[in-house]
Amino acid sequence: MPRWFLVLATVTLYVLHQDWWFWTSARPLVFGFLPVGLFYHTVYSLAVVVLMWALVRDAWPAHLESKADVAVGTPGADRPQAGGDH
Amino acid sequence: MIPALVVFAYLGVVLYIGIFAFRRFEQRDAEGYFLAGRSLGPAVFLLSLFGTNMTAFTILGSAGHAFANGIVTYGLMASSSALIIPVTLFLVGTRIWALGKRHGFVTPVQMFRDRWECGHIGTVIFAVQAALLVPYIIIAVMGGGTTLSVVSGGVVPYWLGGAVVAVVVMSYVFFGGMRGTAWVNAFQTVLFLSFGMAALMLIGSSIGGYPEAIESLLDSDATASLLTRERVSPRFFFSYTFIPLSTVVFPHIIIFCLTARRMQQFKKTVVLYPLCILAIWLPCTFLGVAANAMHDVPGIAAKLDARALLASGDFSVGAAKAIALQQASAGDDVIILILEHYAPIWMAGILGAGIMAAVMASDSQILALSTMFTKDVFAYYGGTIRFGERAQVQMGRLFVVLITVVAYLIALRAPPGIFNLAVQYAFSGYSALFPLMVGALFWRGSTKWGALAVVTWTASTVTAVAVLQAVVPPPLPGNLVPVLTVGGTDVLTRTPGGTDILGYMPVVPMTIGSGLLMFVVSRLTPKPSQKTLARYF
Repeated sequence: MPRWFLVLATVTLYVLHQDWWFWTSARPLVFGFLPVGLFYHTVYSLAVVVLMWALVRDAWPAHLESKADVAVGTPGADRPQAGGDH
Repeated sequence: MIPALVVFAYLGVVLYIGIFAFRRFEQRDAEGYFLAGRSLGPAVFLLSLFGTNMTAFTILGSAGHAFANGIVTYGLMASSSALIIPVTLFLVGTRIWALGKRHGFVTPVQMFRDRWECGHIGTVIFAVQAALLVPYIIIAVMGGGTTLSVVSGGVVPYWLGGAVVAVVVMSYVFFGGMRGTAWVNAFQTVLFLSFGMAALMLIGSSIGGYPEAIESLLDSDATASLLTRERVSPRFFFSYTFIPLSTVVFPHIIIFCLTARRMQQFKKTVVLYPLCILAIWLPCTFLGVAANAMHDVPGIAAKLDARALLASGDFSVGAAKAIALQQASAGDDVIILILEHYAPIWMAGILGAGIMAAVMASDSQILALSTMFTKDVFAYYGGTIRFGERAQVQMGRLFVVLITVVAYLIALRAPPGIFNLAVQYAFSGYSALFPLMVGALFWRGSTKWGALAVVTWTASTVTAVAVLQAVVPPPLPGNLVPVLTVGGTDVLTRTPGGTDILGYMPVVPMTIGSGLLMFVVSRLTPKPSQKTLARYF
């Protein structure tokens, strides 16, 4: 999937979190006991799993791992910086 | 007492795992003790990262919150976290790992100091991060005290239960370091993930099925709104989507990101994290709501009576009595009461151990604080040069003891609900620090002065909210106290659960303010050198 689509899907899913259409409704009781608002967010959580799978498959930042294999020392990590903050 | 004995047996297992990690692996150097030698495998990485992000409120607090507020609890914290946490791990966690692998960072402040070429500003960042992390540790001690007290039927008092949890956690962190902590977290995660669905099915079977219980709640005006989101405004609900931003800024999560052997290990974590959230939060939320129908549980019946008296608007009860009723109606122990009443005694003990597993997730926070102090203060200001490499590990261990003792002493004071305490201070503060991380990793134009502005703003606003809530007592449920009104609009309002700013939780203006300050102050101040920027971009 193209990256623009994955970004759009992520933003859309964020917006869909605000489900005002089920705000004051308890019915229907899914499976006879699960209020519809809670059922919606259960399905929402499963939709997030699918989105994450797509992100990992199609947008994985593999370049970061190859960059990390280049060992570069950090100057003064355990020593105060010369000149401090100014 | 059998459930309490099972819980104590669990604590013994946890202690053994932590000490076994100490004996089996050499941890003489700092990277071995604080980062498990950057060698955690994929399964332990996923389970321990998830486990370390769960706390007392995951089981106890969520059920208690749902008991009082209804199904909204799941949408407030769980489903928003299910999206935002994996996305931030995907974008931010992987970058942190790569930079840590490349440059040898052990703490976030080391990375900030290098990124922005600063020294003492890094110390300020350390101080604010440490101060915000302590409440997170406190709720674990409180949760442990509550759990052991209720499971033992009061035989183990709150102060002793809290002390037991503090000593057990302190011991395996002290001896096992990051490797011991990770193994314990992995074990705990398996336990409390299993707990959720097991508890749901077992209790459903004991009460004769959930449909009748839920229908009874719908039939009553007092409880029908628990099955909708009517008790919470959409603005407040939206505000909570800012809270999960805190996860990738928590030092213990950042440090955990650094422990992965390979970046590939983040893949399974990102995909499976929402499922883990579903597995534990859904049962706890549902059981918390369903508890309102369990009038045959004496402890729950007492809470419902206290709540009914508060809601009656009978002002003759007096302020002191009203406070007592509020505490009596609090639901932080509701899930333990349900288990004790409906689950077979041996099962209640195992499920109690599952609760303890979530409750005791402060181990990573304690170790993170120890790591931060050792590397960002002791080592940075010359301790390693003067006393040697081995002294770092010993200093880290000493700090583990100090932190645990301080958290325990604070936890002995009567707290507000576990959920509110965690959200208001630890989570909100760290969410407000999110622009710090974004600025460091994604924006070449960020500067150390922008970073200083963010941490100063965060510390100030957290303190301001704490002072306000200490000075203005919370109103009774259903009431609001305007604190600041401008042009007929209530800008600042004291609510029963905290504070509102134009209907939003403080975390929203705090985080937006941080972002603006990072941008504006950075634009006005000089950037780091090109040589430094080239290492990051």
